[in-house]
Amino acid sequence: MSSIAVSLLDCEFDESKCLEADDYQTRVGKWCAGCGDFGALNAVKRLLAKEQLQPEKMAFVSGIGCSSRFPHYVNAYGFHGIHGRALPIATGLKLARPELDVFVVMGDGDCTSIGAGHWIHATRYNPNMTVLLLDNNIYGLTKNQTSPTTPEGYASNTSPRGSVLPALDPLQATLGVSNASFVAQTADWVPAHLYATLQAAYDHNGFSFIRILQRCPKFTPDVFDDAIKNPDHVELLVHADGVDAPGLEKLFKARREHNPKDLDEARALAQRSDLLRLGIFFKDDSFPVYDEIRAVSPVSAEEKINKLEKEFDRYGV
Amino acid sequence: MSKKASSKTNITRVPEHTVEIITNSGEGAQKCAQIFGQTCAKMGNGVWTVEIIPAEIEPPHHTVTSTSGNIIRFGTERVSNWGDQSKLAVAFNEQVCLSRHRLGSFDDNCIILQESAWENHEDEAVRDNYAKAMEEMSSKNYRFIQVPIEEETLKLVDNPQLGKNMFALGLLTEIYQRDLAVVEKQIGHIFRHKAASVTEINVELVKHGIAWARKNLGFQFEIESVVAQEARVVMNGNQAAALGAIAAGMEICAMYPITPATSVSHELSDIFENYGGMVHQAEDEIAAAGVALGASYGGKVALTVTSGPGMALKTEFLALAVMVEIPLVVLDVQRGGPSTGLPTKVEQSDLLAALYAQPGDAPRVVLAPRSIEDCFHSMITARRIAETFRCLVIVLTDANLASGVQQFTRPDFDARWQQNPVDVSPLPEGLRPYDWDPETGMSRRVIPGTPSGQHTVTGLAHDEESRVSYDPESNERGCKMRSRKLAVFQSTLMPPPVYGDEKGDLLVVGWGSTQGAIEEAVDRVRAEECKVSSCQLTFLSPLEPDLKKIFGRFKKVMTVEINYSDTVGDPYITEETRRYGQLAWLLRAHTLIDIDCWTSCPGQPLRPKDIYNSIVKNIEIGVSK
Repeated sequence: MSSIAVSLLDCEFDESKCLEADDYQTRVGKWCAGCGDFGALNAVKRLLAKEQLQPEKMAFVSGIGCSSRFPHYVNAYGFHGIHGRALPIATGLKLARPELDVFVVMGDGDCTSIGAGHWIHATRYNPNMTVLLLDNNIYGLTKNQTSPTTPEGYASNTSPRGSVLPALDPLQATLGVSNASFVAQTADWVPAHLYATLQAAYDHNGFSFIRILQRCPKFTPDVFDDAIKNPDHVELLVHADGVDAPGLEKLFKARREHNPKDLDEARALAQRSDLLRLGIFFKDDSFPVYDEIRAVSPVSAEEKINKLEKEFDRYGV
Repeated sequence: MSKKASSKTNITRVPEHTVEIITNSGEGAQKCAQIFGQTCAKMGNGVWTVEIIPAEIEPPHHTVTSTSGNIIRFGTERVSNWGDQSKLAVAFNEQVCLSRHRLGSFDDNCIILQESAWENHEDEAVRDNYAKAMEEMSSKNYRFIQVPIEEETLKLVDNPQLGKNMFALGLLTEIYQRDLAVVEKQIGHIFRHKAASVTEINVELVKHGIAWARKNLGFQFEIESVVAQEARVVMNGNQAAALGAIAAGMEICAMYPITPATSVSHELSDIFENYGGMVHQAEDEIAAAGVALGASYGGKVALTVTSGPGMALKTEFLALAVMVEIPLVVLDVQRGGPSTGLPTKVEQSDLLAALYAQPGDAPRVVLAPRSIEDCFHSMITARRIAETFRCLVIVLTDANLASGVQQFTRPDFDARWQQNPVDVSPLPEGLRPYDWDPETGMSRRVIPGTPSGQHTVTGLAHDEESRVSYDPESNERGCKMRSRKLAVFQSTLMPPPVYGDEKGDLLVVGWGSTQGAIEEAVDRVRAEECKVSSCQLTFLSPLEPDLKKIFGRFKKVMTVEINYSDTVGDPYITEETRRYGQLAWLLRAHTLIDIDCWTSCPGQPLRPKDIYNSIVKNIEIGVSK
């Protein structure tokens, strides 16, 4: 099915890393020029190459929307599902195959609107998977409708006089869910930070939720202009257990030491609207992970039949 | 059997009897009836039970809406449905009794053992209500026997609410000569999670009931039992489906609570993990379908269990399962609709939705178990079809099967039922994710983890490589291939058997749980030398072969269903405006035969006498005898 398969077979005889980032891409993404999805795909490819993940041992699950085309472009198993429902599919897959690396890619409409129920509950289930919310503040594929994360006053085809409500903040919402174990924010215009955040999310055991701020070149090209043009309007959350990358200190002068284990502070920071904050808001590896706590030991066919016989004895006439 | 009754006892020998235990919700009628029904079955009687359950947990007591109870029909021969009317009832108050009277549930000469505490109750309002109810019921020839149920129960326990049911069980044990040892064993089983003292006190209550009946009643019924040659089991349809799922090698059941399907997941939650399986209680019906589909995508054998409103919510996921050709089994335990409808009561009105509710064309297999035994075996069949044809299989049971208890031949488990559905061995070179055989539409399933098999499945139109393809040719090929599989599957089916003669004046066609009642009604008209036969369908999509041929041998064909249809002659209802029962609609389209229907949606199973009347009426108006 894939040309990569050949090189992978060769790989068994070669100790050195043999999959490059581009080996993880199947074809060029059919996104508009300048779409933030490309940046996310590049960061993911880099991560997969760094981790040398075997393409057949991972799965990318998505819903519907521009960003949900993501799995088609990754050399891995993929499930391009239905709108808003990536997380139940991914949860089922992870329960079935805990050994697979599962990645979920959703847009803001997908995750925070039609799929909001699943988002809350998947956060609480806390299955071990890396979850990317590609948040461009707008419905792109359906051509420019207001999404829950569209800033108040921002015009779209469904709110021509500007969005009438304050935007929903996915960080606040996720941090409010019990058993949320990893919540981070990064941005498409800071690729080094995006990559480092992705790595931290991948390394985390649990539901690693990353909101990636990105621009839609067609409908929200300017939505993050304030932060992009004024790097001092951005504050990096840093910590020995957080994310950092070379060169970021030159770009962003505002740095806040924030212990990712401090949930109260994480919630307080997510609440504040003074600066745009990038980094790990919260991370705790000690929370129950659904696919681990629900793991069941396999039972042989013979054993099952023996048990069924006993069970049926109870119902015997 | 309980000790020989005194010589004064009048013993009547009957081939079968139907008994009702009716109480306020929360007074333990179900436990009493379960034990009684199980006891009858274990003593070798044919049994069918039906629950009477309000949708609320515990509505206000001593009212006509608080009725909770159970009907047990048992006899010497196999019993296939709940029959016509009850011959004996135990009623904890006159209001619950009245509610059953109003539904026509009692035989005109029904014996009613009624709590005696109300007739002369200190509260005038209670006395008045009692008198009014008795007046209303006096139109029938019921034989009321006043029994001090509460007073007698209080002799052994402090809280009669937790004991009257067992005293009542004692009455029935004596009246029907039940074997006390079997009763005791059932009590022990039902209270197995409680302290031993609970079983002991309940047994004492039963013995007290027996003693009271022996001293005061002076009548018994004798119903012979035939000891079956083969090993038999007795359970309800939801238990049978749950155990069927395990026997079928299913590994995950994703569900959201919904009546009357939920008890399948209760059964599974209790024991599934001992079999390497798990129940995932999802956040909603949609997610339950999604988790099941995701698990099946990963190679697990997955099931989701729901009822009508849940089916409606799952629709988009079911169409996705069809589109990506990932096997999925859905159990829909039908209840009354539309909307929230009759949550605890039976209807067969999800048929067309199960077949057609989806965006676009999404062919799937739909089958309907006809008995409790079928509920078990259908799960095995469903899994097999789903995997062989990479398709969606919907199993339509209903509230009648869900809680109905019946005996059946103990199944022989087969280790092959447990086989892993897929492996992750390397693929043949060049194999594509949808390598459709152009003849059959069938293709090998590739699951994540299979080396060199990477691809992305998609709900978008796609080609053999699973690449998004909007071109006309790809879309039409995909539609054709998914549809073709159904025709291939249909070619493996046998024509449905005809009950009665192969040709005649009238053929009654049913589907699913109505088989027993229909066949009993057909037996009655055949006894009157009418040329009537019946045919019970199991597969609704694809339909079983030769239907047109079979139907063509009868002058008239009529479906009998538990759903709504218009009646010609009602205001505005003409041949043109009439809406047919769902199976009739389907069969008319399928055979181009002018098939009639008789349907009813009373929120209870069909009674043989009602079917009998509809058949007789049809013969009179439509077919010369």
